[in-house]
Amino acid sequence: MSLGGYVVRRLAHLVPIVLGVTILVFFLIHLVPGDPARTILGNQATDARVALLHHEWGLDRPLPVQYEKFMGRLVHGDLGSSLFYGMGAGRLVVDRLPVTLWLIGFGTLLSVLIAVPLAALAATQRDRLPDHLVRAVPLVGLGFPPFWVGIVLLLVFGLHLGRLFPVGGYGNGFTGHLHSMFLPSLTVAFGIAPILIRSLRASLLEVLESDYVTTARSKGLPERRVLVHHALRNGIVSTVSVLGVNVGFLVGGTLVIEQVFAVPGIGQLMINSIFQRDFPVVQAVTLVFSVMVVLVYLLTDVAHALLDPRVRFE
Amino acid sequence: MSIAAEVVTEAVIAEHRHGFRRRWYRTPSFVGGVSILGTMVLLAVLAPLVTRHDPTSQDLLHTLQGPTSSHWLGTDDLGRDVWSRLVYGARTDLRVAFLAVLFPFVIGTLVGLVSGFYGGWIDTVTNWLVNIVVAFPFYVLIIALVFALGSGTRNIYIAITIVGWVSYARIVRGEVIVAKRREYVLAARSAGLSDARILFRHLLPNVITQAIVFAMSDIVLDILAIVTLGYLGLGVQPPTADWGKMIADGQTFLTTHWELSTLPGIAVVITALGLSLLADGLADLLRPE
Repeated sequence: MSLGGYVVRRLAHLVPIVLGVTILVFFLIHLVPGDPARTILGNQATDARVALLHHEWGLDRPLPVQYEKFMGRLVHGDLGSSLFYGMGAGRLVVDRLPVTLWLIGFGTLLSVLIAVPLAALAATQRDRLPDHLVRAVPLVGLGFPPFWVGIVLLLVFGLHLGRLFPVGGYGNGFTGHLHSMFLPSLTVAFGIAPILIRSLRASLLEVLESDYVTTARSKGLPERRVLVHHALRNGIVSTVSVLGVNVGFLVGGTLVIEQVFAVPGIGQLMINSIFQRDFPVVQAVTLVFSVMVVLVYLLTDVAHALLDPRVRFE
Repeated sequence: MSIAAEVVTEAVIAEHRHGFRRRWYRTPSFVGGVSILGTMVLLAVLAPLVTRHDPTSQDLLHTLQGPTSSHWLGTDDLGRDVWSRLVYGARTDLRVAFLAVLFPFVIGTLVGLVSGFYGGWIDTVTNWLVNIVVAFPFYVLIIALVFALGSGTRNIYIAITIVGWVSYARIVRGEVIVAKRREYVLAARSAGLSDARILFRHLLPNVITQAIVFAMSDIVLDILAIVTLGYLGLGVQPPTADWGKMIADGQTFLTTHWELSTLPGIAVVITALGLSLLADGLADLLRPE
């Protein structure tokens, strides 16, 4: 199958999933106990205001009609309007999305920089001390609450050790972002690195035992060259897949980390909107987060198909 | 024939049991996990005996104090005993996490069993539902659900169940698809046993191992979710002691009293380590030889 055909087939698979995602996000409002409009507006709200919201959200109509209305707005890019900011929820999300993407991108990069050398060290020193130490990382690391890691990093690098990094914010310009986003991104990286190390070590061990590595070795290539040019190159394929599969975990982690470091991304927007009971914004952020995850799944599959053509024929 | 099939199944299970009895104490991760988790559970259960102060009683004359003979780990900003709050926090968070894992475990296992066994439209629908839930980042969906449902323990259970069942369903479904082609299932089928009997008496004991091992890691994830919700103020409601709320409360005093935020975090890490070791040990012990 050609790569184009493969992408089209994968896209077709996504349609029912994205549809399901919208249904779940739509139903969030119906999970609110009692009358959602009254709960959201609070006890002080006048009946007229409640009735207005009912009409605006179509809560007075049957469910299928409500969903149709919801989808009708959605396909026109209308994610509803914020009850607090008095503007479109979509606009709010779009304004803050670059910050979150920075955090995810930088965090992913740092996680690869942490995980690849450690996994390579463990795989080449199998069953020796370095291997045992590296294998302990996932065991301990997965139990760290992401936001708590952030607080500890803040304590160590933000408040002590010469106040190397700012304790929050997004910074100005590229270097400013780099400086301000280092600690939050490192926190994101610590969250995902244990998973990455575990998978990458396993796949490197497999690769190091494969025939083509034996061939490379028997040609008399130095071990370093075998590792970097032959083993790691194949290990990258599995790194990409592991990152892709765990992107939901990674992206979800940023939500709370943004809160710890006061990073003005969509995670912080979601948490703030929760406290303002700004339902449309919470719905919009939830939807955007999940669409992001679905797109990353797609990109991972495509990247995988590019790197390893066998995938396309499965 | 049916007896023959059951004998085969039971032999497989007995083999597991035999292996379990033989080697558990020689598996360091299992022993380590049981010891750590056992200590935590024991402390939580015996909370009234190992603490000298009520975890919620305030003493505004003795706030933010360092360790003393009366307050082993000092007091927080409301003069509450930090050690008591840590131990009672274990009681809250461990109980919620262990209970929270039960519902997804049972529901996911049943769904996986049925969809893997029957295939067809049941399987298609299950896969669709699984893919939808998986499309949401874990924390985002949990937080959105708890926000909609309202904070509190009951709604944490509901949210974790809605998100958590998919992993069990996927694991069990995968195992069932492989297992249903094995001889003992074919033998049971040809002997005319009912589907229910094949599913629960023959398949379930053989496919449940993976789900149990995963449940240990899943409790870690649930504890992290509960603590995160507590940190955001959406979890267990005050004044009940909860590690997440303790970390959040302590964050205000990070510059002067760093221990207030770090100690509950360390408690989470130790608990999670115990569970991860236990999961590793169980996987090792229950692996078919």
